[in-house]
Amino acid sequence: MNKQESIAAERRRKTTLSVVLGVICIIYVLPVLSVVINSFKVNTFVKTDTFAIPTGEMWAGFANFIKGMTFGNYPFWNSVKYSVIITVLSTALIILFTSMAAWYIARVNSFLCKVIYYLCVFSMVVPFQMVMFTLSKTADSLHLNTPWTIPIVYLGFGAGLAIFMFVGFVKSIPLEIEEAASIDGCGPVRTYFSVVFPMLKPTMISVGILEIMWVWNDYLLPYLVLDINKYRTIPIHIQYLKGSYGTVDLGATMALILLSIIPVIIFYLACQKYIIKGVAAGAVKG
Amino acid sequence: MKGIFKNPMRRWGWFFLGPVTAAFCIGFVWPFFQGIYLSFCKFKLISKTTWVGFDNYVQALKDASFMHSFWYTALFAIVSLLFINVLGFAAAYALTQGIKGSNLYRTVFFMPNLIGGIVLGYIWSMIFDGILSRYGTSILLETKYGFWGLIILMCWQQIGYMMIIYIAGLQSVPEDMLEAAKIDGATKRQTLFRVTIPNVMPSITICTFLSLTNGFKLFDQNLALTAGQPFIIQPDGSTVKTTEMLALNIYNTFYGQNSASKGVGQAKAVLFFILVAGLGLAQLSYTRKREVQQ
Repeated sequence: MNKQESIAAERRRKTTLSVVLGVICIIYVLPVLSVVINSFKVNTFVKTDTFAIPTGEMWAGFANFIKGMTFGNYPFWNSVKYSVIITVLSTALIILFTSMAAWYIARVNSFLCKVIYYLCVFSMVVPFQMVMFTLSKTADSLHLNTPWTIPIVYLGFGAGLAIFMFVGFVKSIPLEIEEAASIDGCGPVRTYFSVVFPMLKPTMISVGILEIMWVWNDYLLPYLVLDINKYRTIPIHIQYLKGSYGTVDLGATMALILLSIIPVIIFYLACQKYIIKGVAAGAVKG
Repeated sequence: MKGIFKNPMRRWGWFFLGPVTAAFCIGFVWPFFQGIYLSFCKFKLISKTTWVGFDNYVQALKDASFMHSFWYTALFAIVSLLFINVLGFAAAYALTQGIKGSNLYRTVFFMPNLIGGIVLGYIWSMIFDGILSRYGTSILLETKYGFWGLIILMCWQQIGYMMIIYIAGLQSVPEDMLEAAKIDGATKRQTLFRVTIPNVMPSITICTFLSLTNGFKLFDQNLALTAGQPFIIQPDGSTVKTTEMLALNIYNTFYGQNSASKGVGQAKAVLFFILVAGLGLAQLSYTRKREVQQ
């Protein structure tokens, strides 16, 4: 085989691979597509003609969306509102406080710091079921059962990974910069906020992405901690809708599922670069 | 830390560590130790507990549904680990060959990770029932449908995640090593198994660790897809839900109809914790030994 033939063979191989992957990609988006078509379908046809394009008598227009928004006794927009509040507050709290603690732990070599650090690492291997009952009781008795206070629970239970990632990063920052700041007269607080905080930005994005993905999709923790009659997040709302057997309106459920994944997909496409980087960084550290 | 910086730092310790430590005690430390204590108690309300020693653990291990969910979870975790990692690695390998559209494919494969477990479960339950209803059955009626359905769901969700980690690993394989293998006349297959894979062992460690612990800890997807259905009734009158995994079994023990069993639920949770932590650590130390030092 001469060189030209082998190059041609290589190119053919790459084209075949590209086509095969393209087909797999199309199969990959089919589940999402089936949500889209079924959200416009009359409920009775969702189960019998799941994969048919809704036309004629199957076409429901936006009836499913209207029904889904007002379904049951709980308005969907409230769930969206609470999901956003909880996710934004929790992520902000986690980034701010764990980065502060992590810098301190990395720079001060005291017994207390070591204890906190190893407890954080340990907490990463503890499954949620281990603490779910006692945590929900503790949160209840401290009145942490509203969307404005549940971020404290997230800060506590989610601190492990964040501290671990921040400590790893701080250790790679040269100490000289902070020493220079301190010689120039900065106290620890000023050193942290004007010198260290800006340098932590890449890790903050990674941690933030991981926390957003976790908190936004989390079901069990808010379900057990929040006062469920007043506050429901999107996953809880969808579980309530579908959890009651017998009278499930699949069309309306799919409409709400579609509404709940559209912002996620927009967020993903907008921040894709950071998300993929964040996942890779989180994995390497974890 | 030495010199002028030391003393002011010590004085500000409460400021930097305080918030996280307080939240960490509320959100983790206190519930964890209280949980261990309660696993030795009989209780309905947290304020009224009676010490019963290892009684809860004995009852947990005698519980047929718990033992069934253990074996079911173990089988699920191993099968899903194999599928997810082989397919995730294959996808990563294909996408690092410099073919057209790699970025688009990577975007699509990762996308399901952004969708939460509950929503995923309902999307797939609609799809599976759409297929199975043509044959007059449902995913809730047969254990094997529930099992493979959950495997397909988890593959769809997790392959993209593992793929990202494998891509990072593959990109860090030293170029000169691949070059050297080529000059020495190694075939593609030999290069893959003798050079590439030993060099991505750190990624394999992480991915197998993540997929193993994810498999054991799975809850949302299990709840939304089958909720443990179908069930069989034991000779002694208790029911065993055949697609119920460990986390869901613990949840049902706590919040099911029998509220007298909360102590047993907590004992199951402690056993679950020991299992997950032990498995994770054992797996880490096993694959760490196989990593190449560079």
